[in-house]
Amino acid sequence: MATRVLDQSDISRALSRIAHEILEREKGAANLVLMGIPSRGVPLAHRIAERIGAIEQGAAPPVGSVDITMFRDDLRMRPARPLARTEVPPGGIDGRTVVLVDDVLFSGRSIRAALDALSEIGRPRAVRLAVLVDRGHRELPIRADYVGKNVPTSLRETVRVRVVDSDGVDEVVIGEDA
Amino acid sequence: MKRHLLSAADLSHDDAVLVLDTARELAAVSDRAVKKLPTLRGRTVVNLFFEDSTRTRISFEAAAKRLSADVINFSAKGSSVSKGESLKDTAMTLQAMGADGVVIRHSASGAPHRLATAGWIGAAVVNAGDGTHEHPTQALLDAYTMRHHLAGGSGDLAGARVTIVGDVLHSRVARSNVLLLDTLGAHVTLVAPPTLLPVGVETWPCEVSYDLDAPLPHTDALMMLRVQRERMSAAYFPSEREYSRRYGLDARRSALLPTDAIVMHPGPMNRGMEITAEVADGPRSVIVEQVTNGVSIRMAVLYLLLGGAETA
Repeated sequence: MATRVLDQSDISRALSRIAHEILEREKGAANLVLMGIPSRGVPLAHRIAERIGAIEQGAAPPVGSVDITMFRDDLRMRPARPLARTEVPPGGIDGRTVVLVDDVLFSGRSIRAALDALSEIGRPRAVRLAVLVDRGHRELPIRADYVGKNVPTSLRETVRVRVVDSDGVDEVVIGEDA
Repeated sequence: MKRHLLSAADLSHDDAVLVLDTARELAAVSDRAVKKLPTLRGRTVVNLFFEDSTRTRISFEAAAKRLSADVINFSAKGSSVSKGESLKDTAMTLQAMGADGVVIRHSASGAPHRLATAGWIGAAVVNAGDGTHEHPTQALLDAYTMRHHLAGGSGDLAGARVTIVGDVLHSRVARSNVLLLDTLGAHVTLVAPPTLLPVGVETWPCEVSYDLDAPLPHTDALMMLRVQRERMSAAYFPSEREYSRRYGLDARRSALLPTDAIVMHPGPMNRGMEITAEVADGPRSVIVEQVTNGVSIRMAVLYLLLGGAETA
């Protein structure tokens, strides 16, 4: 049985709120860079950036992507995986405030890998974390600065984020692992 | 992907595209200030070179180091022990040292296959050129270079027209290229004097021509092969001038190519023999690019063979 916990308008509102929160806490969009973690984090980062641009009535902050495959700690546990794109915005990330964007925050291991990957690209002034869903069960001392929705889950459940760009629909679904 | 890379024929269409895509993402690493990824930390890659090589060995070494692997260079040049035994003894040494990957170049065709399948070692084996047999990573980097220029850098090479010219008989590059390019959907024409074509070439998935001028106007990528004088024990053509005149690439022939066609050479070049300096350094030439792409391709191969679980 799959339960939908966020629909299209829920996601839209959550991203708008995150955009406002980022602007409030970072005191404006100057010096911001959004880095999405592939695959679902990248379209989410673009949407947050668009909203920030709309709120500020100026240019949206630059958006990039950071592939974490080569930095994962479970690389040896599965066959080699295909890589995703790492795209550094033209201005780079040195001295900027980087907001990492991912779909689901779970163990925290992806974020650890992303932090390592970022440090290979440059030295940001600060790194923040924005996620659409925080499902708990952290295995590392990592927390999100901006959360779309906290969704309490059991370890047996799976959380799937679908976005229009790759899945044709915007929704977050909780299912029971078979 | 199979566990070893011994022949370009080991790669399915999807495998080959995966290697090229992986290399495309890894190419960006070479442009960064920190040219290093932690992926193969703690893994040992042995470069086992029984035959002279500069660019291939350096390329593999750079690739392994950029992935943080420990690299051991084993140059077996000058070894007088008979081939089979020495290879086995060397293999057992490598096994004792705990090698995870072995990159082997050998003058005997089939040596990498023997090393991979004889049960001497548990490491993944990458063929870096064996005799006149195969050189799969060269074919991959050539395909990568062609894809970048002819197919917009993604997908396969469906419909691309590739002409490979010269010493096909002694060329492991030609054999690997024909196999891989066929897998990727390209249309290959081999051009060589009859004496420099191997027996059975008519069974290869390509066309054969003795005349160079005819296919040039229908060629998207032109690959000139090195005349391998060191492997030639007999007279395969009357004189170097005669060869140059009939099968060498000069400015006149280069002008017969379509506007966007590229000129390739696996190196090292005999300037003035199979290719004139004018063309080798000209605007169509992507020869330097091939070397750069070689590192990305070898990173991709090492990552895909050694980066994941053992049972990959």
